[in-house]
Amino acid sequence: MKHGILMHEPTDDVGVAVRDLKNGEEVGAVTLEGQPVGTVKMVNDVPLGHKVAMKDLAAGKDVIKYSRVIGAASQAAPRGSHVHTHNLKTKRWKV
Amino acid sequence: MIKPQDLKLTGYRRPDGRFGTRNHVLIIPVDDISNAAAEGVARLIKGTMALPHPYGRLQFGEDLELTFRTIAGQGRNPNCAAAVVIGIEPNWTDRVVKEIAKTGKPAAGFSIERAGDLKTIEAASRKAKEFVQYATELPREPFTVNQLTMSTKCGESDTTSGLAANPTVGRVFERLADAGATLIFGETTEVTGGEDIIMEKCVTPEIAKAFKAAFDDYQNLVESQGVSLLGSQPTEGNIRGGLTTIEEKALGNIQKAGRCKVVDFLKPAEEPRKPGLSFMDSSSAAAEMVTLCAAAGSVVHYFPTGQGNVIGNPVIPVIKLCGNPLTVSTMTEHIDVDLTGLLRVEINLDQAADLAMQVLEHTINGRFTAAEALRHDEFVLTKLYRSA
Repeated sequence: MKHGILMHEPTDDVGVAVRDLKNGEEVGAVTLEGQPVGTVKMVNDVPLGHKVAMKDLAAGKDVIKYSRVIGAASQAAPRGSHVHTHNLKTKRWKV
Repeated sequence: MIKPQDLKLTGYRRPDGRFGTRNHVLIIPVDDISNAAAEGVARLIKGTMALPHPYGRLQFGEDLELTFRTIAGQGRNPNCAAAVVIGIEPNWTDRVVKEIAKTGKPAAGFSIERAGDLKTIEAASRKAKEFVQYATELPREPFTVNQLTMSTKCGESDTTSGLAANPTVGRVFERLADAGATLIFGETTEVTGGEDIIMEKCVTPEIAKAFKAAFDDYQNLVESQGVSLLGSQPTEGNIRGGLTTIEEKALGNIQKAGRCKVVDFLKPAEEPRKPGLSFMDSSSAAAEMVTLCAAAGSVVHYFPTGQGNVIGNPVIPVIKLCGNPLTVSTMTEHIDVDLTGLLRVEINLDQAADLAMQVLEHTINGRFTAAEALRHDEFVLTKLYRSA
């Protein structure tokens, strides 16, 4: 398995780690159909199943997965970083 | 690619024409205090199964109706050959018996007051023995996909659910819907962030409106309590698995519907009125939802999981599908369909759907699922509000 990240859509802001990814690694991303979406240099460890920023995400910006808004960045997340509850919040229910 | 018409399915034809994948003789308590008698019968008579539960007393209104519908629905389910119903008094007991008997299958009621547990157990056991001998003589007969009613609901989802197990179910459901199967999905709060997708799938504005009304009801109920579902949706298990927000979870959840249209909206535990995919208003709690699906007449269930929900159901076989390699390797005994090949991009969605359909065929024909072998018999009633 050459890839470490799967993406629902090539244009999504985030991909999913399909194995434990290590800080500093250069990781390949593909779609479910196997189409390559380039590589990303990891800036954090990201465990299996967690999300990786495929672009620099600015604080306050909508975050896109499945070509849909899944929430907004509560703080900036650079390309290659771990995207989860610490930097991504729902837009639906009040905190 | 496996076509639905290629599946060689066998089941038990019931008097109402529906087909069951299992052949239970159920001992159904109407209320909590009749559990002991029902379990007494099940211990005495081989081939019977009791469905103990904690409710059935002093409920009222829609909540009571739902309990009746859920309890009677287990007896009406085609996986049930015959049913013995036991309640504390005769009136509500008869109400459940009558609902089951409408399907034409054997059903009998027993009440405990003026007899006591022991005499009730004796009388009910004599009837249960008769029913078991009737049921064990029934043969399996061939049936086709357009005579199949099945359901889906996912649990302990993670990001792999949206990538692998859920879209696999969606692909199988597309094939089955095209072949005329009757399909059920739901989980009303868990489509939050994707409710517009469900509405677009509805074949008429009336169905979309009925769905939206149930969806809004749930959101209003939560708000009226002065709380939010943050902390419950996504669950701690979802978050551990990498899901961050309800929108993300919902978009993964909805993959189970594939490209199917939504042909009808059902109340909880309501039997589908037509073939195709129906949305049933329901909780996302696994055992509650699967129990409602069984009440609605589903005879087999697809349960995609990411982190490894271990749920089963006493009346319908629950097939677990999983794409998370950590879960598949650490919880092997719970997983029926290994879809980790999708994450490795070694198989595509059509090949994954073939794997799921092979297991579906074997399960329908009598092979135990992991949950059946492991005795996961979670029977859980949905309570709408407090009892009187």
